[in-house]
Amino acid sequence: MSDPTQSLEIHTDLAQQILVGFLHTEVTRAGFERLVIGLSGGVDSALACFLAAKALGPDNVLAVRMPYTTSTPESYEHAGLVLAATGVRELTVPIAPMADPLFELVPPSDLVRRGNILARMRMIVLFDQSAAFHGLVVGTGNKTELLLGYTTLFGDSACALNPLGDLYKTQVWQMARAIGIPEVIVAKPPSADLWAGQTDEGELGFTYAEVDRLLYLLVDERYSPQACVQAGFPRQFVERVVERIRRSQFKRVPPPIAKLSDRTVGYDFLYLRDWGT
Amino acid sequence: MPLITLGLAQVNTRLGDVQANLEKHLEWIGEARRGGADLVVFPELSLTGYVLQDLAESVALRPNRDDPVFRRLLTASKSIDIMLGFVEAERRQRFYIAAAYLSRGEVIHVHRKVYLPTYGLFDEGRFFAWGDHIQAFETRFGRFGMLICEDFWHASPPYLLWLDGADVLLFASASPGRGLHSEPRLASARWVEQINQAYASLFTTFVVHTNRVGFEDGLSFWGGATVFDPDGTLLARGPYHQEALTLVQIDLDQLHRTRARLPLLRDERTALVQRELGRILAHESH
Repeated sequence: MSDPTQSLEIHTDLAQQILVGFLHTEVTRAGFERLVIGLSGGVDSALACFLAAKALGPDNVLAVRMPYTTSTPESYEHAGLVLAATGVRELTVPIAPMADPLFELVPPSDLVRRGNILARMRMIVLFDQSAAFHGLVVGTGNKTELLLGYTTLFGDSACALNPLGDLYKTQVWQMARAIGIPEVIVAKPPSADLWAGQTDEGELGFTYAEVDRLLYLLVDERYSPQACVQAGFPRQFVERVVERIRRSQFKRVPPPIAKLSDRTVGYDFLYLRDWGT
Repeated sequence: MPLITLGLAQVNTRLGDVQANLEKHLEWIGEARRGGADLVVFPELSLTGYVLQDLAESVALRPNRDDPVFRRLLTASKSIDIMLGFVEAERRQRFYIAAAYLSRGEVIHVHRKVYLPTYGLFDEGRFFAWGDHIQAFETRFGRFGMLICEDFWHASPPYLLWLDGADVLLFASASPGRGLHSEPRLASARWVEQINQAYASLFTTFVVHTNRVGFEDGLSFWGGATVFDPDGTLLARGPYHQEALTLVQIDLDQLHRTRARLPLLRDERTALVQRELGRILAHESH
Protein backbone atom coordinates (compact mmCIF):
# COMPACT_ATOMS: atom_id res chain seq x y z
CA MET A 1 0.00 0.00 0.00
CA SER A 2 1.32 3.45 -0.85
CA ASP A 3 1.74 5.88 2.02
CA PRO A 4 -1.16 8.35 1.76
CA THR A 5 0.74 10.93 3.79
CA GLN A 6 3.17 11.24 0.85
CA SER A 7 0.52 13.63 -0.46
CA LEU A 8 1.74 16.24 2.05
CA GLU A 9 4.32 17.03 -0.58
CA ILE A 10 3.17 19.95 -2.70
CA HIS A 11 4.12 21.50 -6.00
CA THR A 12 5.58 24.69 -4.60
CA ASP A 13 5.52 26.72 -7.84
CA LEU A 14 1.81 26.07 -8.28
CA ALA A 15 1.16 26.86 -4.61
CA GLN A 16 3.07 30.10 -4.98
CA GLN A 17 1.18 31.08 -8.13
CA ILE A 18 -2.18 30.55 -6.41
CA LEU A 19 -1.21 32.26 -3.14
CA VAL A 20 0.32 35.29 -4.85
CA GLY A 21 -2.79 35.56 -7.02
CA PHE A 22 -4.97 35.25 -3.93
CA LEU A 23 -3.14 38.04 -2.08
CA HIS A 24 -3.15 40.37 -5.04
CA THR A 25 -6.80 39.79 -5.91
CA GLU A 26 -8.24 39.89 -2.42
CA VAL A 27 -6.36 43.07 -1.51
CA THR A 28 -7.09 45.03 -4.65
CA ARG A 29 -10.78 44.08 -4.82
CA ALA A 30 -11.15 45.31 -1.23
CA GLY A 31 -9.92 48.68 -2.49
CA PHE A 32 -6.37 48.45 -1.11
CA GLU A 33 -2.95 48.13 -2.68
CA ARG A 34 -0.89 47.43 0.40
CA LEU A 35 -0.27 44.81 3.04
CA VAL A 36 0.90 44.93 6.64
CA ILE A 37 2.59 41.98 8.25
CA GLY A 38 4.03 41.21 11.66
CA LEU A 39 7.51 39.80 11.12
CA SER A 40 8.54 37.55 14.00
CA GLY A 41 11.67 36.02 12.59
CA GLY A 42 9.90 32.69 12.22
CA VAL A 43 9.25 30.76 9.06
CA ASP A 44 5.49 31.43 8.76
CA SER A 45 5.71 35.21 8.72
CA ALA A 46 8.84 34.99 6.57
CA LEU A 47 6.95 33.01 3.94
CA ALA A 48 3.92 35.29 4.14
CA CYS A 49 6.22 38.29 3.71
CA PHE A 50 7.89 36.80 0.62
CA LEU A 51 4.48 36.07 -0.90
CA ALA A 52 3.19 39.53 -0.03
CA ALA A 53 6.22 41.18 -1.64
CA LYS A 54 5.71 39.15 -4.79
CA ALA A 55 1.98 39.91 -4.87
CA LEU A 56 2.02 43.68 -4.33
CA GLY A 57 5.67 44.66 -4.72
CA PRO A 58 8.03 45.29 -1.77
CA ASP A 59 7.18 48.99 -1.61
CA ASN A 60 3.59 48.11 -0.85
CA VAL A 61 4.38 45.82 2.06
CA LEU A 62 5.09 47.06 5.57
CA ALA A 63 6.76 44.49 7.82
CA VAL A 64 6.60 45.31 11.52
CA ARG A 65 8.99 43.88 14.10
CA MET A 66 7.56 43.96 17.60
CA PRO A 67 10.14 42.65 20.06
CA TYR A 68 9.47 42.28 23.78
CA THR A 69 12.21 42.29 26.41
CA THR A 70 12.23 38.49 26.61
CA SER A 71 12.28 37.98 22.83
CA THR A 72 15.46 36.30 21.66
CA PRO A 73 17.86 38.51 19.69
CA GLU A 74 17.83 35.85 16.95
CA SER A 75 14.17 36.52 16.26
CA TYR A 76 14.94 40.17 15.55
CA GLU A 77 17.97 39.29 13.45
CA HIS A 78 16.15 36.65 11.46
CA ALA A 79 13.35 39.10 10.72
CA GLY A 80 16.11 41.41 9.48
CA LEU A 81 17.25 38.73 7.03
CA VAL A 82 13.73 38.63 5.60
CA LEU A 83 13.64 42.42 5.31
CA ALA A 84 16.95 42.39 3.46
CA ALA A 85 15.91 39.57 1.15
CA THR A 86 12.49 41.00 0.25
CA GLY A 87 13.19 44.73 0.32
CA VAL A 88 9.84 45.46 1.97
CA ARG A 89 9.32 48.52 4.12
CA GLU A 90 10.03 48.11 7.80
CA LEU A 91 9.05 49.44 11.18
CA THR A 92 10.07 48.37 14.67
CA VAL A 93 7.68 48.88 17.58
CA PRO A 94 8.91 47.43 20.88
CA ILE A 95 5.88 46.31 22.85
CA ALA A 96 7.32 46.40 26.39
CA PRO A 97 6.05 49.98 26.94
CA MET A 98 2.55 48.72 26.12
CA ALA A 99 2.60 45.35 27.84
CA ASP A 100 4.53 46.09 31.03
CA PRO A 101 2.03 48.60 32.45
CA LEU A 102 -0.72 46.00 32.05
CA PHE A 103 1.46 43.32 33.66
CA GLU A 104 1.94 45.67 36.62
CA LEU A 105 -1.71 46.63 36.82
CA VAL A 106 -3.10 43.09 36.53
CA PRO A 107 -0.21 40.65 36.99
CA PRO A 108 -0.83 37.52 34.88
CA SER A 109 -0.66 34.37 36.96
CA ASP A 110 0.85 32.17 34.28
CA LEU A 111 2.99 32.21 31.17
CA VAL A 112 0.09 31.53 28.82
CA ARG A 113 -1.75 34.65 29.96
CA ARG A 114 1.40 36.67 29.52
CA GLY A 115 1.93 35.16 26.09
CA ASN A 116 -1.63 35.94 25.04
CA ILE A 117 -1.25 39.54 26.15
CA LEU A 118 1.91 39.91 24.07
CA ALA A 119 0.20 38.40 21.04
CA ARG A 120 -2.73 40.80 21.44
CA MET A 121 -0.48 43.82 21.89
CA ARG A 122 1.10 42.94 18.55
CA MET A 123 -2.38 42.71 17.02
CA ILE A 124 -3.13 46.26 18.24
CA VAL A 125 0.06 47.57 16.64
CA LEU A 126 -0.59 45.78 13.34
CA PHE A 127 -4.18 46.94 12.98
CA ASP A 128 -3.15 50.49 13.82
CA GLN A 129 -0.48 50.28 11.14
CA SER A 130 -3.15 48.88 8.83
CA ALA A 131 -4.94 52.22 9.15
CA ALA A 132 -1.74 54.30 9.02
CA PHE A 133 -0.25 52.48 6.00
CA HIS A 134 -3.61 51.85 4.29
CA GLY A 135 -2.82 48.17 4.05
CA LEU A 136 -4.58 44.96 5.01
CA VAL A 137 -3.10 42.77 7.74
CA VAL A 138 -1.80 39.47 6.39
CA GLY A 139 -2.31 36.46 8.62
CA THR A 140 0.49 33.99 9.08
CA GLY A 141 -1.35 31.11 10.76
CA ASN A 142 -0.88 27.71 9.12
CA LYS A 143 -3.28 24.77 8.94
CA THR A 144 -1.56 22.84 11.73
CA GLU A 145 -1.94 25.74 14.14
CA LEU A 146 -5.51 26.36 13.08
CA LEU A 147 -6.52 22.74 13.61
CA LEU A 148 -4.72 22.38 16.92
CA GLY A 149 -5.94 25.77 18.13
CA TYR A 150 -2.32 26.66 18.80
CA THR A 151 -2.94 30.35 18.40
CA THR A 152 -4.12 33.34 20.43
CA LEU A 153 -7.69 34.35 19.64
CA PHE A 154 -7.72 38.04 18.61
CA GLY A 155 -3.93 37.90 18.84
CA ASP A 156 -1.75 36.26 16.19
CA SER A 157 -4.89 34.77 14.61
CA ALA A 158 -6.32 38.23 13.86
CA CYS A 159 -5.91 39.22 10.23
CA ALA A 160 -7.73 40.51 7.17
CA LEU A 161 -6.72 37.60 4.97
CA ASN A 162 -4.68 34.46 5.39
CA PRO A 163 -2.58 32.95 2.61
CA LEU A 164 -1.12 30.08 4.69
CA GLY A 165 -4.19 28.66 6.43
CA ASP A 166 -4.49 25.67 4.09
CA LEU A 167 -0.81 24.67 4.36
CA TYR A 168 0.43 22.36 7.09
CA LYS A 169 3.58 23.43 8.92
CA THR A 170 5.72 20.90 7.08
CA GLN A 171 4.32 22.28 3.81
CA VAL A 172 5.23 25.80 4.95
CA TRP A 173 8.79 24.54 5.42
CA GLN A 174 8.75 22.97 1.96
CA MET A 175 7.55 26.21 0.37
CA ALA A 176 9.93 28.32 2.43
CA ARG A 177 12.91 26.35 1.16
CA ALA A 178 11.66 26.47 -2.42
CA ILE A 179 11.11 30.22 -2.31
CA GLY A 180 14.59 30.87 -0.94
CA ILE A 181 14.00 31.83 2.69
CA PRO A 182 17.34 31.72 4.57
CA GLU A 183 17.95 28.20 5.89
CA VAL A 184 18.69 29.47 9.39
CA ILE A 185 15.02 30.51 9.62
CA VAL A 186 13.62 27.32 8.14
CA ALA A 187 15.83 24.97 10.12
CA LYS A 188 15.43 26.41 13.63
CA PRO A 189 12.92 24.90 16.08
CA PRO A 190 9.59 26.74 15.69
CA SER A 191 8.72 28.99 18.61
CA ALA A 192 6.15 31.64 19.41
CA ASP A 193 9.00 33.22 21.44
CA LEU A 194 6.57 34.41 24.10
CA TRP A 195 8.81 33.28 26.97
CA ALA A 196 12.38 32.11 27.31
CA GLY A 197 12.98 28.59 26.05
CA GLN A 198 9.50 28.15 24.57
CA THR A 199 9.26 25.90 21.52
CA ASP A 200 6.11 24.82 19.70
CA GLU A 201 7.02 21.17 19.71
CA GLY A 202 8.01 21.26 23.39
CA GLU A 203 4.73 22.87 24.33
CA LEU A 204 2.58 20.68 22.10
CA GLY A 205 4.34 17.49 23.13
CA PHE A 206 4.84 16.14 19.61
CA THR A 207 6.65 17.14 16.44
CA TYR A 208 5.10 18.87 13.45
CA ALA A 209 6.34 16.07 11.22
CA GLU A 210 4.33 13.57 13.30
CA VAL A 211 1.20 15.60 13.79
CA ASP A 212 1.00 16.82 10.18
CA ARG A 213 0.93 13.23 8.94
CA LEU A 214 -1.86 12.46 11.39
CA LEU A 215 -3.83 15.63 10.63
CA TYR A 216 -3.54 14.94 6.93
CA LEU A 217 -5.21 11.56 7.40
CA LEU A 218 -7.86 12.83 9.81
CA VAL A 219 -8.80 15.99 7.97
CA ASP A 220 -7.85 15.77 4.31
CA GLU A 221 -8.28 12.04 3.86
CA ARG A 222 -11.21 11.74 6.32
CA TYR A 223 -9.77 8.76 8.16
CA SER A 224 -11.57 7.83 11.37
CA PRO A 225 -9.41 7.98 14.54
CA GLN A 226 -9.56 4.18 14.62
CA ALA A 227 -8.28 3.97 11.04
CA CYS A 228 -5.38 6.27 12.00
CA VAL A 229 -4.45 3.86 14.80
CA GLN A 230 -4.60 1.01 12.30
CA ALA A 231 -2.38 3.04 9.98
CA GLY A 232 0.29 2.99 12.70
CA PHE A 233 -0.24 6.05 14.90
CA PRO A 234 -0.18 5.44 18.69
CA ARG A 235 -3.72 5.42 20.07
CA GLN A 236 -2.94 7.92 22.82
CA PHE A 237 -1.45 10.38 20.33
CA VAL A 238 -4.49 10.10 18.05
CA GLU A 239 -6.89 10.64 20.94
CA ARG A 240 -4.98 13.64 22.20
CA VAL A 241 -4.96 15.31 18.81
CA VAL A 242 -8.62 14.57 18.09
CA GLU A 243 -9.61 16.03 21.45
CA ARG A 244 -7.44 19.07 20.84
CA ILE A 245 -9.16 19.72 17.53
CA ARG A 246 -12.61 19.39 19.11
CA ARG A 247 -11.84 21.64 22.05
CA SER A 248 -10.40 24.40 19.88
CA GLN A 249 -13.31 24.55 17.40
CA PHE A 250 -14.44 27.83 19.00
CA LYS A 251 -11.29 29.48 17.66
CA ARG A 252 -12.19 28.58 14.09
CA VAL A 253 -15.72 29.94 13.91
CA PRO A 254 -17.34 33.31 14.55
CA PRO A 255 -19.09 33.59 17.93
CA PRO A 256 -22.58 32.06 17.85
CA ILE A 257 -25.47 34.49 17.59
CA ALA A 258 -28.67 33.82 19.52
CA LYS A 259 -31.40 33.47 16.89
CA LEU A 260 -34.54 35.54 17.45
CA SER A 261 -35.62 37.10 14.16
CA ASP A 262 -36.64 35.63 10.80
CA ARG A 263 -33.18 36.18 9.37
CA THR A 264 -29.90 36.10 11.21
CA VAL A 265 -26.50 37.35 10.12
CA GLY A 266 -24.23 34.44 9.30
CA TYR A 267 -26.97 31.79 9.22
CA ASP A 268 -29.42 32.82 6.54
CA PHE A 269 -28.04 36.21 5.61
CA LEU A 270 -25.35 34.79 3.37
CA TYR A 271 -23.01 36.80 1.21
CA LEU A 272 -19.33 36.35 0.48
CA ARG A 273 -16.95 39.02 1.61
CA ASP A 274 -16.12 39.53 -2.07
CA TRP A 275 -19.73 40.53 -2.76
CA GLY A 276 -19.91 43.06 -5.59
CA THR A 277 -16.21 42.92 -6.43
CA MET B 1 -19.44 23.84 -43.01
CA PRO B 2 -16.92 21.40 -41.58
CA LEU B 3 -14.44 23.93 -40.17
CA ILE B 4 -15.48 26.09 -37.23
CA THR B 5 -13.41 28.25 -34.95
CA LEU B 6 -14.16 28.26 -31.25
CA GLY B 7 -13.20 30.97 -28.78
CA LEU B 8 -12.85 29.65 -25.24
CA ALA B 9 -13.31 32.67 -22.99
CA GLN B 10 -11.98 31.77 -19.55
CA VAL B 11 -12.90 35.00 -17.81
CA ASN B 12 -12.84 36.26 -14.27
CA THR B 13 -16.12 37.75 -13.05
CA ARG B 14 -17.35 40.33 -10.57
CA LEU B 15 -19.50 38.69 -7.92
CA GLY B 16 -23.09 39.82 -8.28
CA ASP B 17 -22.33 42.65 -10.72
CA VAL B 18 -24.18 41.68 -13.90
CA GLN B 19 -23.59 45.03 -15.60
CA ALA B 20 -19.81 44.84 -15.22
CA ASN B 21 -19.80 41.22 -16.38
CA LEU B 22 -21.99 42.07 -19.36
CA GLU B 23 -19.52 44.74 -20.48
CA LYS B 24 -16.71 42.21 -20.24
CA HIS B 25 -18.72 39.70 -22.27
CA LEU B 26 -19.32 42.23 -25.02
CA GLU B 27 -15.64 43.13 -25.07
CA TRP B 28 -14.52 39.50 -25.27
CA ILE B 29 -17.21 38.65 -27.83
CA GLY B 30 -15.78 41.43 -29.99
CA GLU B 31 -12.28 40.12 -29.54
CA ALA B 32 -13.33 36.57 -30.39
CA ARG B 33 -15.11 37.80 -33.51
CA ARG B 34 -12.08 39.78 -34.60
CA GLY B 35 -10.01 36.64 -34.00
CA GLY B 36 -12.20 34.77 -36.47
CA ALA B 37 -14.29 32.78 -33.97
CA ASP B 38 -17.66 31.41 -35.04
CA LEU B 39 -18.67 30.57 -31.48
CA VAL B 40 -17.45 31.99 -28.18
CA VAL B 41 -17.93 29.86 -25.05
CA PHE B 42 -18.08 31.46 -21.60
CA PRO B 43 -17.92 29.58 -18.28
CA GLU B 44 -20.64 28.74 -15.76
CA LEU B 45 -22.42 31.77 -14.27
CA SER B 46 -20.23 34.04 -16.36
CA LEU B 47 -22.69 36.94 -16.04
CA THR B 48 -22.90 36.76 -12.25
CA GLY B 49 -19.98 35.06 -10.49
CA TYR B 50 -20.24 31.75 -8.71
CA VAL B 51 -20.78 31.77 -4.94
CA LEU B 52 -23.92 33.85 -5.13
CA GLN B 53 -25.73 32.60 -2.03
CA ASP B 54 -28.38 35.22 -1.18
CA LEU B 55 -27.46 37.26 -4.27
CA ALA B 56 -29.06 34.66 -6.54
CA GLU B 57 -32.43 36.35 -6.88
CA SER B 58 -31.02 39.82 -7.42
CA VAL B 59 -28.91 38.74 -10.42
CA ALA B 60 -31.52 36.49 -12.05
CA LEU B 61 -32.59 37.18 -15.64
CA ARG B 62 -35.16 36.01 -18.17
CA PRO B 63 -33.35 35.05 -21.37
CA ASN B 64 -35.30 36.99 -23.96
CA ARG B 65 -35.32 40.25 -25.89
CA ASP B 66 -37.32 42.05 -23.20
CA ASP B 67 -34.41 41.71 -20.82
CA PRO B 68 -31.97 44.61 -21.30
CA VAL B 69 -28.93 42.41 -20.63
CA PHE B 70 -29.98 39.70 -23.06
CA ARG B 71 -31.04 42.29 -25.62
CA ARG B 72 -27.43 43.46 -25.93
CA LEU B 73 -26.10 39.92 -26.01
CA LEU B 74 -28.62 38.92 -28.66
CA THR B 75 -27.57 41.85 -30.77
CA ALA B 76 -23.96 40.75 -30.39
CA SER B 77 -24.95 37.22 -31.41
CA LYS B 78 -25.88 38.38 -34.90
CA SER B 79 -22.26 38.05 -35.97
CA ILE B 80 -21.00 35.26 -33.70
CA ASP B 81 -22.66 32.46 -31.74
CA ILE B 82 -22.40 32.80 -27.95
CA MET B 83 -22.71 30.38 -25.06
CA LEU B 84 -22.82 32.03 -21.64
CA GLY B 85 -23.78 31.34 -18.06
CA PHE B 86 -26.41 33.16 -16.00
CA VAL B 87 -29.05 32.75 -13.31
CA GLU B 88 -32.44 32.11 -14.88
CA ALA B 89 -35.52 33.41 -13.12
CA GLU B 90 -38.85 31.77 -13.81
CA ARG B 91 -42.25 33.06 -12.85
CA ARG B 92 -42.77 31.05 -9.71
CA GLN B 93 -39.80 32.16 -7.58
CA ARG B 94 -37.51 29.41 -8.78
CA PHE B 95 -33.95 30.19 -9.86
CA TYR B 96 -31.73 28.03 -12.02
CA ILE B 97 -28.06 27.94 -12.83
CA ALA B 98 -28.38 28.11 -16.60
CA ALA B 99 -26.47 28.29 -19.86
CA ALA B 100 -27.85 29.97 -22.97
CA TYR B 101 -26.86 29.45 -26.59
CA LEU B 102 -27.44 32.56 -28.69
CA SER B 103 -27.18 32.70 -32.46
CA ARG B 104 -28.24 35.19 -35.13
CA GLY B 105 -30.13 37.28 -32.61
CA GLU B 106 -32.12 34.40 -31.15
CA VAL B 107 -31.99 32.30 -27.99
CA ILE B 108 -31.52 28.86 -29.53
CA HIS B 109 -31.43 26.85 -26.33
CA VAL B 110 -31.28 27.20 -22.55
CA HIS B 111 -29.96 24.43 -20.34
CA ARG B 112 -30.76 24.45 -16.63
CA LYS B 113 -28.16 22.74 -14.48
CA VAL B 114 -29.49 19.35 -13.43
CA TYR B 115 -26.94 18.30 -10.84
CA LEU B 116 -26.43 20.92 -8.13
CA PRO B 117 -23.48 19.92 -5.94
CA THR B 118 -24.41 20.33 -2.29
CA TYR B 119 -21.52 18.81 -0.44
CA GLY B 120 -18.00 19.80 0.59
CA LEU B 121 -17.52 23.44 -0.29
CA PHE B 122 -20.58 23.45 -2.58
CA ASP B 123 -24.02 24.62 -1.47
CA GLU B 124 -25.92 25.06 -4.74
CA GLY B 125 -28.95 23.01 -3.72
CA ARG B 126 -29.64 25.48 -0.94
CA PHE B 127 -30.07 28.40 -3.33
CA PHE B 128 -31.12 26.98 -6.70
CA ALA B 129 -33.79 24.75 -8.23
CA TRP B 130 -32.84 21.63 -10.19
CA GLY B 131 -33.13 21.60 -13.94
CA ASP B 132 -35.07 18.63 -15.25
CA HIS B 133 -34.16 18.29 -18.92
CA ILE B 134 -31.15 17.24 -20.94
CA GLN B 135 -31.59 17.96 -24.63
CA ALA B 136 -29.41 18.45 -27.65
CA PHE B 137 -30.27 21.30 -30.03
CA GLU B 138 -29.66 22.38 -33.59
CA THR B 139 -27.15 25.10 -34.36
CA ARG B 140 -26.01 26.50 -37.69
CA PHE B 141 -22.98 24.18 -37.38
CA GLY B 142 -24.75 20.97 -36.44
CA ARG B 143 -26.32 19.43 -33.35
CA PHE B 144 -24.77 20.49 -30.04
CA GLY B 145 -25.40 19.90 -26.35
CA MET B 146 -24.63 21.99 -23.27
CA LEU B 147 -23.88 20.90 -19.70
CA ILE B 148 -22.82 22.81 -16.63
CA CYS B 149 -20.04 21.59 -14.35
CA GLU B 150 -21.48 18.91 -12.01
CA ASP B 151 -23.78 17.78 -14.84
CA PHE B 152 -20.79 16.19 -16.54
CA TRP B 153 -19.33 14.75 -13.33
CA HIS B 154 -22.20 12.30 -13.83
CA ALA B 155 -21.91 9.99 -16.82
CA SER B 156 -25.57 10.01 -17.84
CA PRO B 157 -25.98 13.62 -19.08
CA PRO B 158 -23.21 13.40 -21.69
CA TYR B 159 -24.52 9.95 -22.64
CA LEU B 160 -28.04 11.33 -23.13
CA LEU B 161 -26.77 14.21 -25.23
CA TRP B 162 -24.83 11.76 -27.36
CA LEU B 163 -27.94 9.68 -27.99
CA ASP B 164 -29.90 12.87 -28.64
CA GLY B 165 -27.58 13.61 -31.52
CA ALA B 166 -25.06 16.06 -30.09
CA ASP B 167 -21.75 15.93 -31.94
CA VAL B 168 -20.22 18.82 -30.04
CA LEU B 169 -20.55 18.85 -26.25
CA LEU B 170 -20.13 22.30 -24.73
CA PHE B 171 -19.23 22.16 -21.05
CA ALA B 172 -19.07 25.22 -18.79
CA SER B 173 -17.61 25.28 -15.28
CA ALA B 174 -16.84 27.45 -12.32
CA SER B 175 -14.58 24.81 -10.86
CA PRO B 176 -12.76 25.74 -7.66
CA GLY B 177 -9.27 24.31 -7.52
CA ARG B 178 -8.74 21.62 -4.89
CA GLY B 179 -6.13 19.02 -4.27
CA LEU B 180 -2.69 20.60 -4.42
CA HIS B 181 -0.20 17.75 -4.32
CA SER B 182 3.19 17.23 -5.94
CA GLU B 183 1.81 17.38 -9.51
CA PRO B 184 2.07 20.68 -11.40
CA ARG B 185 -1.72 20.81 -11.76
CA LEU B 186 -4.52 20.56 -9.23
CA ALA B 187 -6.36 17.29 -8.65
CA SER B 188 -9.64 18.91 -9.72
CA ALA B 189 -8.08 20.00 -13.03
CA ARG B 190 -6.67 16.55 -13.64
CA TRP B 191 -10.03 14.92 -12.93
CA VAL B 192 -11.99 17.18 -15.25
CA GLU B 193 -9.50 16.78 -18.09
CA GLN B 194 -9.50 13.01 -17.70
CA ILE B 195 -13.26 12.68 -17.90
CA ASN B 196 -13.57 15.14 -20.77
CA GLN B 197 -10.99 13.19 -22.72
CA ALA B 198 -12.86 10.00 -21.83
CA TYR B 199 -16.21 11.40 -23.03
CA ALA B 200 -14.66 12.54 -26.31
CA SER B 201 -13.18 9.07 -26.79
CA LEU B 202 -16.20 7.03 -25.65
CA PHE B 203 -18.74 9.07 -27.57
CA THR B 204 -16.50 9.94 -30.53
CA THR B 205 -17.57 13.59 -30.20
CA PHE B 206 -15.94 16.94 -29.68
CA VAL B 207 -15.82 17.96 -26.02
CA VAL B 208 -15.30 21.67 -25.39
CA HIS B 209 -14.79 22.90 -21.83
CA THR B 210 -14.46 26.44 -20.51
CA ASN B 211 -13.76 27.08 -16.85
CA ARG B 212 -13.50 30.44 -15.17
CA VAL B 213 -10.53 31.95 -13.36
CA GLY B 214 -10.10 34.32 -10.42
CA PHE B 215 -10.91 34.10 -6.73
CA GLU B 216 -14.00 34.28 -4.55
CA ASP B 217 -13.30 34.44 -0.82
CA GLY B 218 -10.27 32.22 -1.18
CA LEU B 219 -11.72 29.79 -3.73
CA SER B 220 -9.44 29.80 -6.77
CA PHE B 221 -10.86 28.90 -10.16
CA TRP B 222 -8.26 27.23 -12.35
CA GLY B 223 -9.21 28.02 -15.96
CA GLY B 224 -7.50 25.55 -18.30
CA ALA B 225 -10.15 25.46 -21.05
CA THR B 226 -9.79 22.42 -23.31
CA VAL B 227 -11.02 20.96 -26.57
CA PHE B 228 -10.80 17.22 -27.23
CA ASP B 229 -11.60 15.80 -30.66
CA PRO B 230 -13.54 12.57 -31.39
CA ASP B 231 -10.30 10.58 -31.13
CA GLY B 232 -9.79 11.93 -27.60
CA THR B 233 -6.89 14.06 -28.78
CA LEU B 234 -6.30 17.34 -26.99
CA LEU B 235 -6.60 20.11 -29.59
CA ALA B 236 -6.09 23.10 -27.30
CA ARG B 237 -5.68 24.03 -23.69
CA GLY B 238 -5.96 27.49 -22.17
CA PRO B 239 -3.55 28.53 -19.43
CA TYR B 240 -4.24 27.68 -15.80
CA HIS B 241 -5.26 30.40 -13.33
CA GLN B 242 -5.31 33.35 -15.72
CA GLU B 243 -7.77 34.96 -18.06
CA ALA B 244 -7.37 33.94 -21.68
CA LEU B 245 -9.25 33.71 -24.93
CA THR B 246 -8.13 30.49 -26.60
CA LEU B 247 -8.98 30.20 -30.28
CA VAL B 248 -9.10 26.74 -31.81
CA GLN B 249 -10.36 25.47 -35.13
CA ILE B 250 -12.21 22.16 -35.22
CA ASP B 251 -12.94 20.07 -38.28
CA LEU B 252 -16.39 18.51 -37.99
CA ASP B 253 -15.44 15.98 -40.68
CA GLN B 254 -13.31 14.33 -38.01
CA LEU B 255 -16.59 12.95 -36.63
CA HIS B 256 -17.04 10.89 -39.81
CA ARG B 257 -13.46 9.74 -39.99
CA THR B 258 -13.36 8.62 -36.36
CA ARG B 259 -16.74 6.92 -36.50
CA ALA B 260 -15.79 5.07 -39.68
CA ARG B 261 -12.87 3.60 -37.79
CA LEU B 262 -14.70 3.23 -34.50
CA PRO B 263 -18.48 2.81 -34.90
CA LEU B 264 -19.34 3.04 -31.21
CA LEU B 265 -22.38 5.20 -31.89
CA ARG B 266 -23.72 2.82 -34.55
CA ASP B 267 -23.31 -0.15 -32.23
CA GLU B 268 -24.74 1.41 -29.09
CA ARG B 269 -27.58 -0.85 -27.81
CA THR B 270 -30.02 1.81 -26.68
CA ALA B 271 -33.02 -0.54 -26.44
CA LEU B 272 -30.97 -2.81 -24.22
CA VAL B 273 -30.02 0.16 -22.04
CA GLN B 274 -33.65 1.16 -21.73
CA ARG B 275 -34.77 -2.38 -20.91
CA GLU B 276 -32.06 -2.93 -18.32
CA LEU B 277 -32.60 0.52 -16.77
CA GLY B 278 -36.28 -0.32 -16.47
CA ARG B 279 -35.42 -3.59 -14.76
CA ILE B 280 -32.86 -1.98 -12.45
CA LEU B 281 -35.16 0.86 -11.43
CA ALA B 282 -38.01 -1.54 -10.80
CA HIS B 283 -35.96 -3.04 -7.98
CA GLU B 284 -35.88 -0.39 -5.31
CA SER B 285 -32.95 -1.94 -3.51
CA HIS B 286 -30.70 -0.44 -6.19
